[in-house]
Amino acid sequence: MPEGSAPPPDRTAVLPIQGKGLTFERGTRRILGGIDIEIGGQGTLVLIGPNGAGKSLLVRVLAGLVEPTAGSVAWAGIPPDRRRAPKIGFVFQRPVHLRRSALANVTYALAIAGVPKAERTERALAALARARIAHLAQSAARVLSGGEQQLLSIARALATEPEILILDEPTSALDPAATTAIEGLLVAVRGEGVPVLLITHDLGQVRRLADEVAFLHHGRLIERTPREEFLARPRSPEALAFVRGEIVL
Amino acid sequence: MQDFASAFGEAFRLIAALDASLAEIVWLSLKVSVSATCCAALIGLPLGALVAIATFPGRPLVILLINALMGLPPVVVGLMVYLMLSNAGPMGGFGLLYSPAAMIIAQTVLITPIIAALSRQTIEDLRQEYDEQLRALGVGPVRAVPTLIWDGRFSLATTLLAGFGRASAEVGAVIIVGGNINHVTRVMTTAIALETSKGDLALALGLGFILLTIAILINALVMGLRATATRAAYA
Repeated sequence: MPEGSAPPPDRTAVLPIQGKGLTFERGTRRILGGIDIEIGGQGTLVLIGPNGAGKSLLVRVLAGLVEPTAGSVAWAGIPPDRRRAPKIGFVFQRPVHLRRSALANVTYALAIAGVPKAERTERALAALARARIAHLAQSAARVLSGGEQQLLSIARALATEPEILILDEPTSALDPAATTAIEGLLVAVRGEGVPVLLITHDLGQVRRLADEVAFLHHGRLIERTPREEFLARPRSPEALAFVRGEIVL
Repeated sequence: MQDFASAFGEAFRLIAALDASLAEIVWLSLKVSVSATCCAALIGLPLGALVAIATFPGRPLVILLINALMGLPPVVVGLMVYLMLSNAGPMGGFGLLYSPAAMIIAQTVLITPIIAALSRQTIEDLRQEYDEQLRALGVGPVRAVPTLIWDGRFSLATTLLAGFGRASAEVGAVIIVGGNINHVTRVMTTAIALETSKGDLALALGLGFILLTIAILINALVMGLRATATRAAYA
């Protein structure tokens, strides 16, 4: 390599995930309005904002699931590709599981990630144990409770040892016990050095989990600050209203 | 009335005694219809999966065509296959006309659209449900096909049974291309038509009972599959 030239991009890595000028329009409606964002630093980044702010769409665009109308996404400096998708653990608001057992759902993800067959069952069981649902390994995934299904989603996402975990309101429909179980798992994941990007509406969750907060409003990234600063001194009137619990339209 | 009663009695006697002619006809019917269902599955399932997953110009037209072909009149299918297999037809050189192979071809043509259309619907519904999750896992369209077929296996099995039911109950196409030749191409439906016209109600009724039993068994199998799928939360 000639002296002074940039190193070649790592074609197996995904971090950092960068979005530049991310815009998404549906008809005449602009849902994302030219967002610049970089994720993948240490700790938990919480993406917060009122309904319709564009949070779910933004993370889908960053995860390569939706093409932006304008702007670009790069994973570790190069455009997203399917081969690296297992490096991003993505957990949806409503879990979708194959019509198979909990164990088979996890081994399927491992097979897609290219894990040798001989290792899959052991790794899948370890992932289920980590989510404290190893006893449900042989149960049909779709008869599990809402909380168990979401824990299975997280176990499946973590089984492939992703570089980052992205969760789209994983606890929005769950009771406090299930929410506690999921939050405990997220704290453990963060402690292992895996960056977490979490979408939530819940200010309590911001207090409990966030290292950094990004506030989205009407498709624009209004501010991105450390948690303490966001909660104590929000920079924008919209964020201030949100933190005070006022209705933000 | 007395004749009908004795015909019923004779029909049951033929079934109970496993009458050789009756058994031969039933065996050939099953062979032809099972073979046709297998052939139609080999064509219809991948075709249904392809149309469900691929996006290409004219896709809605292809779906419309496949759906419309589900209602193909058997006699028209029989006529088309006859023209293909007759000495003057493009496949006349194979000498298949008036053979069980011709009947398998006709039934395959008849039920392939049914299997393709129903499997497309099953796989497309499943794809809509799984699409985002599979893409998040890094699953491409080609790799998604076996996943969707496996997860839709109970519904697809029901589709195959529907195809088999249609094939085994069909008479118009097989009588044209098979010719209803005794010991060669005589199946249950063509035999029932012939024996009724001859006034031999006993054999016709015996075959009718067996055909009805097969239809009931198929429906029982479908119900069993549904129940299994629901029990395992696979539905």
